[in-house]
Amino acid sequence: MRSVLTVFRKELSDHFCSNKFLVLLALIYVSGLSSTYVALTNIREAASSLDKHVFLYLFTTGGDVLPSFITFINFFIPIIGIIFGFDAINSERNSGNLSRILSQPIYRDSLINGKFLAGIATLFIIISSIVIIISGIGLVAIGVPPTSEEILRLFFFVFICVIYGGFWMGLSMLFSVIMEKPTASILTSISIWIFLMFFLPIIANAIASAIVPLDGASTADQIRNYSIETAISRISPATLFSEAIVVLLVPTGGNIFINAVGYLQSYELLQSGKMLLSPLSLGQSLIQVWPQLVVIIALAIVCFAASYIIFMRQEIRAT
Amino acid sequence: MVNDNNNNLIICENLTKKYNEHIVVDNFNLTVKRGEIFGLLGPNGAGKSTIILMILGLTEPTSGSVFVGGYNSTKEPLKVKRITGYLPEKVGFYDDMTARGNLEYTAELNNIPYSEIPKKIDEVLEIVDLLKYKNSLVKTFSKGMKQRLGIADVLIKDPQLIIFDELTEGLDVRVANQILQTILDLNKQKNITFLLSSHQLNLIQKICTRVGILSKGKLIGEGSIDSLGREMFGGGKFSIEVELEKIPDGLIDKLKKLDKVVNVFRNENQIRVVCDKDIRQDISKLIASEGILLTRMDIKRDALEEIYLKYFKEE
Repeated sequence: MRSVLTVFRKELSDHFCSNKFLVLLALIYVSGLSSTYVALTNIREAASSLDKHVFLYLFTTGGDVLPSFITFINFFIPIIGIIFGFDAINSERNSGNLSRILSQPIYRDSLINGKFLAGIATLFIIISSIVIIISGIGLVAIGVPPTSEEILRLFFFVFICVIYGGFWMGLSMLFSVIMEKPTASILTSISIWIFLMFFLPIIANAIASAIVPLDGASTADQIRNYSIETAISRISPATLFSEAIVVLLVPTGGNIFINAVGYLQSYELLQSGKMLLSPLSLGQSLIQVWPQLVVIIALAIVCFAASYIIFMRQEIRAT
Repeated sequence: MVNDNNNNLIICENLTKKYNEHIVVDNFNLTVKRGEIFGLLGPNGAGKSTIILMILGLTEPTSGSVFVGGYNSTKEPLKVKRITGYLPEKVGFYDDMTARGNLEYTAELNNIPYSEIPKKIDEVLEIVDLLKYKNSLVKTFSKGMKQRLGIADVLIKDPQLIIFDELTEGLDVRVANQILQTILDLNKQKNITFLLSSHQLNLIQKICTRVGILSKGKLIGEGSIDSLGREMFGGGKFSIEVELEKIPDGLIDKLKKLDKVVNVFRNENQIRVVCDKDIRQDISKLIASEGILLTRMDIKRDALEEIYLKYFKEE
């Protein structure tokens, strides 16, 4: 067990001393702080006087120029995950460290476990620190303390972010085990991310419109179209993640976006003011995002397990 | 099955390794005693590195078994790796860390108590003469310095056995000799057993007590360099080739009677004299007294080179 800890501590200090960590931290902090500024200027309009969850608006309110914090997070977490994992194994191999380290009296999995845990810990520190910073600024600026429910929601939010980052880290680690060159593994990971994040929604939209054309469609057909599109785009963990965090951080109405029937039926009612939304309790929100959460956790485990198994079976050649 | 023979540190029994259907190591048997410096010689691709990886338990043999210090390398790799230091062919260190940082990491992976680590690091860096570079980043090190750091790195766990894979590869002769001297000192002072793999036999033969010659995964010769040479030359240390205009009857017998001659072979106009001493003067005197014209005379004293050429030309 000490060997995992030793690898963990070494990798953690490597992360903290590395330039890529500083760059990513700066990126997250700048985007987090600027989105907080935008949120603070718009929060008065956004938060209706009836809503109890004012504090969460700090994270979900965007402006015309800059998007909200959760949009930034949606974008940056995969990047952080990929960057912390893409050269985990192949750079060790290329630099000639791998066979030297594995000839020490440690089990082979100590290395990959220690590296994965160190990446997760770094991810956790980055995300929780920016959430705490935004909360601190918000507390001073809006003067409304968060309720215990809001704190719990933020806690779950950080948890999901870390798991989701763990998925991307596991994926890029998998490529770092399979591929010899770090450039190849980072390019593969990033292309998968771009495909899942940007192209899959477009493809889903196109397929849905091909199966059920929207021109002059009845409400039932609109619902079918929307269901097909959501079903296809849910292949992407990016979709699942954004659904999960919206439901968690927007207790009032966040859940209707992930339900086709609810979305279309309630839209008109909401517009016309015939229906008022009331916030979901934390338990209800969690039940709503439970499937998304489970899939993200499972994907993270599958990716890490695959890299673990392949690494354990790989031949350790000096060259 | 535990081979607990205290005198034998490495025992390889019928070791075979196949990648798919390609046989890399073929029924390899070897015993290395404590205190030996054993040289594993062979051209690139002969299977040296694979054998080493199997000894360390980093690769599983297809069949056969390896024991190091009584532990089965496949079943108890951790125990084997605790007493064995290994320096791979293309060793690398974390370039952005200092020499001390790298050694600290190795020491911690070896479960050395934290309080003893600083003392241990100074001790091993002193042995390889790198103490004054303790706090320098490894990326500023030359290749020779990195190899010396590699030696320090394996010494930190107080190994009983050290395995060097192509240690002197790419080093200039002066640096290589320094490193070989360090190995000799460690062997004498700390009674560490060494297994050196190389294809540069001229460097290795200076310090090895015993060598094994590997070709296509098979051990084709094993023993001290002296005895291998005798085997090669047909029983003597030297082989002198003489080419004559003609060979009269009785010359062979007269040659055989010369001092230190072990054997004489004839092949048309060529005679090969196997002997234990350089007796070229005696031979030429004899031939001159017979009144025969001597067209050529060669001496071969580097037995290992001969062995090497013989076995590896066949490929």
